[in-house]
Amino acid sequence: MLLIYCPYCEEERSELEFRGAGDAHIVRPSNIADITDEEFEEFFFLRDNPKGLIFERWRHINGCGRFFNAARDTVSDKFKLTYKAGEPKPDLDAAAPAAALVETYEATESNAK
Amino acid sequence: MADLATRTLPLSGFHGGSASASVSPAAPASRLSLRAKPDAVASLSAALGIELPTRPKASASSGGRHALWLGPDEWLIIDETEADLLSSAASSGVMHSATDVSHRNTALLVKGPGAEATLNSGCPQDLSLAIFPVGGCSRTVFGKAEIVLLRTAEDAFRVECWRSFAPYVSGLLAEGAEDSGH
Repeated sequence: MLLIYCPYCEEERSELEFRGAGDAHIVRPSNIADITDEEFEEFFFLRDNPKGLIFERWRHINGCGRFFNAARDTVSDKFKLTYKAGEPKPDLDAAAPAAALVETYEATESNAK
Repeated sequence: MADLATRTLPLSGFHGGSASASVSPAAPASRLSLRAKPDAVASLSAALGIELPTRPKASASSGGRHALWLGPDEWLIIDETEADLLSSAASSGVMHSATDVSHRNTALLVKGPGAEATLNSGCPQDLSLAIFPVGGCSRTVFGKAEIVLLRTAEDAFRVECWRSFAPYVSGLLAEGAEDSGH
């Protein structure tokens, strides 16, 4: 079971209390009536599907009820950090340590290095 | 003679529990779902006669009235004497949103040395005393139902759930109580 840190409850809670709510930092165009269908499609429907780091909105729906943002790794499902809604996108590269060792057979077991 | 309507509680007649934890329906109470911004908290506290907690998982209780922190701007107020909470909140004179949920919720009391284990049969939270002390409260899940949990004593909890979930929650609590002794 995943434990997710809620920035409002200030503690880790079980994933059972949370719901995912799509990508974070999607900005609604201020001139929404003027944009073309293609631009609307881009804003409304099209999302990246990155392998690795993704910024998402999550909601502590069966807890404090608040939306917050999370940086998550789509490969390991690990939550790197969570922060309150409205706060700027954190720069993870600045603080994060170098990429963790990938545990392949060659890296951990084999002598053929 | 006038025919008076009699109120039947959602869990009337329910009994469950085991030697290690008893599960019983709580008496009727009035309840308020209260939303307010931080600048209204002091006036609402004065109007309700109870200090609205502002820390996560904190609650305040006095004279059968409880104020439970549910979120940064959300509280559940419970009054076991069935006082008129809505008028008290309205008398504060500050901007807030209050909804009477007295009949939306019903409550179960879980008590005994196995109370923690009974709740953990369906609730993923750490209920040890260090993490969830007496007076601690939280909205969380119990099995597939949403509940609001309030620890009233070291070995006692009040479980608030929606009345339509009451048969499910009471049934699962009774099962949990059976297992908590093992």
